Formats: sequence, structure tokens, C-alpha cells
Amino acid sequence: MTRHFVSDLGALLGRSLRHIARSPDTIITTAVMPIAMMLLFVYVLGGAIDTGSASYVDYLLPGILLITIASGISYTAFRLFLDLKGGIVERFQSMPIARSAVLWAHVLTSLVANLISLAVVIGVALIMGFRPVAGVGDWIAVVGILLLLTLALTWVAVIPGLTAKSADGAVAFSYPLIFLPFISSAFVPTATMPGPVRWFAEHQPVTAVVDTVRSLFAQQPVGNDIWVALAWCVGVLAVGYLGASLTYRRRVA
Amino acid sequence: MSTATMSAPAISVRELSKSYGDLQVLRGVDLDVTPGAIVALLGSNGAGKTTLVRILSTVLAADGGAASVGGFDVTSQAAQVREAISLTGQFAAVDEILTGRENLILIARLRHLPDPRAIADALLEKFSLTDAGGRPVATYSGGMRRRLDIAMSLVGNPPIIFLDEPTTGLDPQARIEVWQAVKELAAGGTTVLLTTQYLDEAEQLADRIAILHEGRIIVDGTLAELKRLLPPAEVVYVEKQPTLEDVFLAVVGHTSATTKDGDPS
Repeated sequence: MTRHFVSDLGALLGRSLRHIARSPDTIITTAVMPIAMMLLFVYVLGGAIDTGSASYVDYLLPGILLITIASGISYTAFRLFLDLKGGIVERFQSMPIARSAVLWAHVLTSLVANLISLAVVIGVALIMGFRPVAGVGDWIAVVGILLLLTLALTWVAVIPGLTAKSADGAVAFSYPLIFLPFISSAFVPTATMPGPVRWFAEHQPVTAVVDTVRSLFAQQPVGNDIWVALAWCVGVLAVGYLGASLTYRRRVA
Repeated sequence: MSTATMSAPAISVRELSKSYGDLQVLRGVDLDVTPGAIVALLGSNGAGKTTLVRILSTVLAADGGAASVGGFDVTSQAAQVREAISLTGQFAAVDEILTGRENLILIARLRHLPDPRAIADALLEKFSLTDAGGRPVATYSGGMRRRLDIAMSLVGNPPIIFLDEPTTGLDPQARIEVWQAVKELAAGGTTVLLTTQYLDEAEQLADRIAILHEGRIIVDGTLAELKRLLPPAEVVYVEKQPTLEDVFLAVVGHTSATTKDGDPS
């Protein structure tokens, strides 16, 4: 049954990408909230925040990129929910296709959509004075980490997409993910936080990912952060993929 | 009732059972469908029609009993069953954002058929959707959507087709269009199992009628056989009044082919 995986995936991916191309608003709305937050922090609050680095937008951008991903992946849950509700998944299930291609098409579409949203946000940051000194290798590393994180979180997003009872429920899981960067080194250095909050901030994945991306942009040594970040991403990916696969098998019997 | 068949049945169901928690939906269903027949599965809401169709089309697992479709077991040979069938679910399972043509091409590609475009064009033509083929499905009327849905089920000419309440929610005009499509299918030798809660629909379309009630098939036979279950008809004379449906169809002129592709009403 999996002998058609590649061609089935191609057909279904073409379908999902058309959805994005015909409703570019999903990419715009994904980028609008992080951009608004970036404007707020850089031009309103940033002046009062001492990060030790020359420009606050340079400090802030990695966290904003994570928020972009967190809000972007909720569209995967939303689209998957609509597919299930509309009965088109059932139609696919009754056809001689590679069943896993249905999920992979949504996941790969999420990677493409998020990549575009991230590019839009970075474009705005450049206009606002973001000046990375990263070389080609650093950029590849940044894109690689962000894509890995998107992949991992998208598989997590598949689970509410498959199980939600309403469209709102399918999307709601991303709210805590959007909030998580606030309790990390994304907006302010963790050194000023009180003990327990600081402990949490320094041991949660956002800080490792944000610090790594920030160091890569600034061509600073990434140290241990990159391994901690990668370990978190791979761990979340493994759990998300397994959870999504089990849920899918149970949901579509 | 009579279940005798000469050739191997296209669909064979034995003692099929399915529960959702404490709710026993199917309590031992037996059914045979001969190749090329149109069988209507008649039952009220919640009788288990959809559950039976979903089990036969391999998207739901049964709790007990056995079922084969096209000679293949729905559990152990699901892949072969899927090659032989297509399912038109209760709600038109079409992609709203894609155009009608793109929907058909997608299904043709997923069925691994050569020349998906030609297949799409032929089916659009057959279901009078050629003019609407380039428009997003979101702009279609209910009847057009259902016609596209059925057209998508015909991609690749599967020998066995399941239609789950194909006319529920359609206006009378669209309903007749769907009936026409089903009749054409049967003329082409396709086996059709359709579920309906409308008695007249079963009477119009089906060679055989099976009544599903409280999880079992309680009656299975031709319309004539079913009618023989009751005492012979009494002859009474009544004035033939047109029904509201007759009036509606006469006033809107359902037979004109040019309105088929019209705007959603």
C-alpha cells in the first residue's frame, strides 16, 4: 500500500499548497501578530529594557520568530480539522492510497507556509534595523533549527487537529505556545527574574532555541545551547510524531 | 427473505455487529448484493445505515461478523477492497477551495490513473458541470456539489459504489438530477448500495430494498416482494391531486438542461 507514497503525497501536497496560495491571508495573519509584537517591544517597551546588546531588535527577533512558528502551526490543526469534518479524509481513507500521505501533506505544507511567514517577519525586522552579521553557514543553521522546530511543533499540532470537537478547540492549543517565549530569554535577559521563574526560564526549550539563533545571527559561539536546542526539538518531534500517528490510527480506525 | 444468488455476490455481509460504547448500532446484519444491482438500504435516522456503509468501505472496523466486498474481506484485504469501491459519504466530501476540475484531477491522481485531465473533462461533461469546472467549488449550489461528489466517486470506474444518503438536504430539482446520475450508473453495470430515509427514493431507484431497523435487516426483497407482505391492495377511486412537488417542478421547469449549470439558487 505504501508503494504509492511519493505520488500520493505529491497529489495531496499540491492540493494543500493550492489552499495556501488561494488564501494568502493565513500567511499574513500568521505574520501580523508577531510583527505587531515586535513593533510594540522595539518602539514602546524596548527602550527600558537593558539587554546588553547594541540593538534591541537584534536581541528580540529570535523570540519573535518562535512566536511566528507557534501561531503558524495552529493553521495545520485548523486545516486538518476542516478536512476531517468535511468528510474528505474519509473519502481518502476509502481509496487505495498510502494513508500516512494524508498527514504528511499537511505537515509539509506547514513547513512551506511557516517558511514564508518567517521570511516576511525577518523582512520587516530588516526594515526596523535588524543587522545580522551571520555568514551563509550561520543562516543555514538558523533555517535548519527553525524548520526542525516547525516540523516538531506541527506534528504536535496534528493531534488537536485530529481530536478537536470544534475549530476553536483545534487552534486553542497554540495559545500557551505563543505565551511560552515571554517566560524565557526571548524578550529580557533571565538574570533579572526571581528565583523559580528564572529557573523555569533557563530550563525551558524556548531559551535554548532563542539563545542559539541569536548567537548564530551575531556570529557568536553557540556553545552548549545548540545541542540543548536540538535535543529539545528532536524530543518534541519524536513525541509529537508518535502521538499524532497513534491518534490518527485510532481516529480513522 | 430470499437471498439466493447465482453468481458470487458483490457485497456479502454475515452477522455483522458494531457498538459505540453501550450503544449497539448493528446487531447481526446479513445482506447480499448481486453484481450490477442497485440496493437501497432503508431506515430511519440512527438505524445504523451509515455505520454499515462505513464498515463496508473500510473506514470503520466492525466488532464482529464478516463482510466481503468485491470478493475481498473488508478487514484482512482492505487494500483490495479499496481498489474495487468508492464511497460517497453523507456530506459532499469535496474540496471547497479547489475548482471542480481540480477536485476530479486530484482523485484521478490518487487512483493512479493515466491522463487525469481527460478523465476530469469527461466526468464534468457527463454531469453537466463543464461550464462550472473552472470555478471554486465554494461557489456551487447544493445540487452541483452533490453531482461533483458523485462524479468524484466514478473516477476510475470502480465496480462497486456506496452512496450514503445521496439526496438528503437537496431541493427536488437537484434530487432528480442525482437520481438520473444513479440510474446511469446502474445502466453501466455498476453495483450500487445506497442508503436513504426517503421511501420514494428507494422505490424510484432500487432493484432491491433492504430495511435496516434496530441494528438488523428485517426485510430484504424487490419492491414487488415487499408489497406482497401486505394484504392485496384494495381498489379505491380517488381524485388525483397534484402534490406540491409536482407543482414546484412544473413551475420551475426542472427538465430544462440549460438550468443545470445555473447559479446556486
